[in-house]
Amino acid sequence: MTDLQANTELLTKLNGLAAGLFLLTAFGMIAMRQVLACLKLFVWQSILLAASATILGFQHSSVHLFVVAVITVGTKSILIPWLLVRLVSQEAYARREISQVLNIPTSLLLGMALVILAYFASSPLLGASQDPFVRMNLPVGTAGVLLGAYAVVVRREAVPQVIGLLAMENGSFLAGICIAPDLPIIAELAAAFDVLIIALVMGLLTRRIRERTGMTVVGKLASLKED
Amino acid sequence: MELLVVLLVPALSAILCVLPIGGGLAALSTVVGCLAVFLISIHVALTTITRGHVIAFPGWISCDSFGALILLLVAFVGLTTSIFSLGYIRRVVPQEREGKKRRYYARFNLFLLSMLAVPAFSHLALVWIAVELTTLLSVFLVSFEDTSEALEAAWKYVVLTCMGAALALVGILILYWGMKIAGRGDFTWSGLIVASPDIPGPFLQTAFLFILVGFGTKVGLVPVHTWLPDAHSQAPSPVCALLSGIETTTVLYTIIRLLPALQGLSHGPGSWLMAAGLASAGTAAFLLLQVKDYKRLFAFSTVEHMGIIMFAAGIGGTSAYYGANLQMVAHSVTKAFCFLAAGSTLLVVGHREIASVKGLIRVSRPAALALLTGSLAIAGAPPFAVFLGEFSILKAGIQSGQEIPTVALAAFIVIGFCGVMYHVNRMVFGPPDEEEAKVRLPGSVLVALGISAIPVFLLGGYVPGILEEMLRLAAASLGR
Repeated sequence: MTDLQANTELLTKLNGLAAGLFLLTAFGMIAMRQVLACLKLFVWQSILLAASATILGFQHSSVHLFVVAVITVGTKSILIPWLLVRLVSQEAYARREISQVLNIPTSLLLGMALVILAYFASSPLLGASQDPFVRMNLPVGTAGVLLGAYAVVVRREAVPQVIGLLAMENGSFLAGICIAPDLPIIAELAAAFDVLIIALVMGLLTRRIRERTGMTVVGKLASLKED
Repeated sequence: MELLVVLLVPALSAILCVLPIGGGLAALSTVVGCLAVFLISIHVALTTITRGHVIAFPGWISCDSFGALILLLVAFVGLTTSIFSLGYIRRVVPQEREGKKRRYYARFNLFLLSMLAVPAFSHLALVWIAVELTTLLSVFLVSFEDTSEALEAAWKYVVLTCMGAALALVGILILYWGMKIAGRGDFTWSGLIVASPDIPGPFLQTAFLFILVGFGTKVGLVPVHTWLPDAHSQAPSPVCALLSGIETTTVLYTIIRLLPALQGLSHGPGSWLMAAGLASAGTAAFLLLQVKDYKRLFAFSTVEHMGIIMFAAGIGGTSAYYGANLQMVAHSVTKAFCFLAAGSTLLVVGHREIASVKGLIRVSRPAALALLTGSLAIAGAPPFAVFLGEFSILKAGIQSGQEIPTVALAAFIVIGFCGVMYHVNRMVFGPPDEEEAKVRLPGSVLVALGISAIPVFLLGGYVPGILEEMLRLAAASLGR
């Protein structure tokens, strides 16, 4: 019995580490100026998501979550970065991206506010569960969603916007693996497929925009608006 | 079984479209496929009336009469737009660009497939995926014309709606967690209603808000509607008819379907929906006045109508739900007709600017008549379908004691009416700047306009017994 408790405690701590680093990468994506650095952080974030899924898999002794971890690593940290690098020209990655609506210190402060908001938003739900994993993953996941959304809003480059969107999905999944660990595998597979299509579609669109307008700064596309 | 066929037919057509054989095969297989889907959808609808539901895979793919109603709408608009596409695409895409035409029809079929999947799926995780796919499979239809404006519209569309979908996913996952705490049932629409009394209130509340904001982005709720007028005006006209007529409606359907599960809440969803609906209808009514592009005009009118339907769903009660469903049907068929009319106008005059279209009736009588009837119908003039829907919503609003918001809504409807008619009137009548030669529209465009006009007129005077029964069943399924 004590053995099992010690085990759970260790897994809780490991999961806490993974979730903490997950949050750190989410902040990193806001703080990074370079597009390639953003992409690398996204790869790390996906690996941390997979790590959290593996830890939860041990806890619930469920093969299902291991499969989720494998799918995550396969699509999000290998296939998607490969796709994005292939589809969008190298020039977009080399440039130091300066065009951001708000500067980075302000962004980080706002990011902190978003994390506090995420804790407030998830606190009524946490009352229903004593599971230490849920108490860790749900607020961090929600914060991941909000920070990703923030990155999409303030970035003007196409690729960082795509990465922001994918980071939002990562946040949802980090919350998802603990609150819905037994979601049918077909739904997980379809969701992974869906994320892949997002990357493919937006990568192709970015390429098209570059061919047509000669830039990937989508924030500068503003011919459609109300006067 | 029927539902699987409905989903397989467009998939098959899409494959046929990609095959590099002959010129007409892609177009032909699309139209034949859409006709087949429409006929099977009628069969599904009739079956749901007699048996209550059609099940293909229990717990995964099934639909009740509310789902069948939406399925039928998607199939009908799909049929008319596919016929319209024949003539439109032949005019717009140069003869030698065979590949581009084939790509159009392939994407058209895939987009239709994703929209048919939303009502056909009953597992909530699958519904979420289907909604997300409606975006992803239509992005390249929006950017089809390949101008920098079209690409900009497509980018805004995909970024905003994917952000919305990520938020909605959190909501769906919270609902799943709630179901697990309640400890029973499939994660389907009906399973959710059965389990809802045992799901803790905060779960339902939080999940509903996430889904409302998330999917609301796709419906075009103010203030996350900004992508909608861009995407719905830059896409090729038949695609606009699909986007405005049925894509918004299918997503709105997923939000409204949550309502019966939320009725135990102390702070019910009604006030949220009413506030969101009023804000959308009001903002859109005023934005309608200043548009310069006639396709944008109809796009803002979509935002307004989504607001009206959402308001009706927020009032609650069987008569308001009936009004909301009737309005959904009326808006879908009418808005699709409007965009087909706008597409015909575009074929005739060659640009989208309101100010430089004058005396359209002298250049092309069918396009002008279609534009005029479509605008009168969508603005809510009697004896058209939208009038009936709006009237029943306003009546339900007054009866349920929500006088002030209902009067505000009525005012917005009147402002919207003036906005639409002011612009269209100037386009249709008035002396043309110079004597322009008459332009003939392709035959298939005329046929498509004719078919899509039928329900616009018919539903204004009388609702056929079968449709009446479906609307009644759908309204009943939203209450407890």
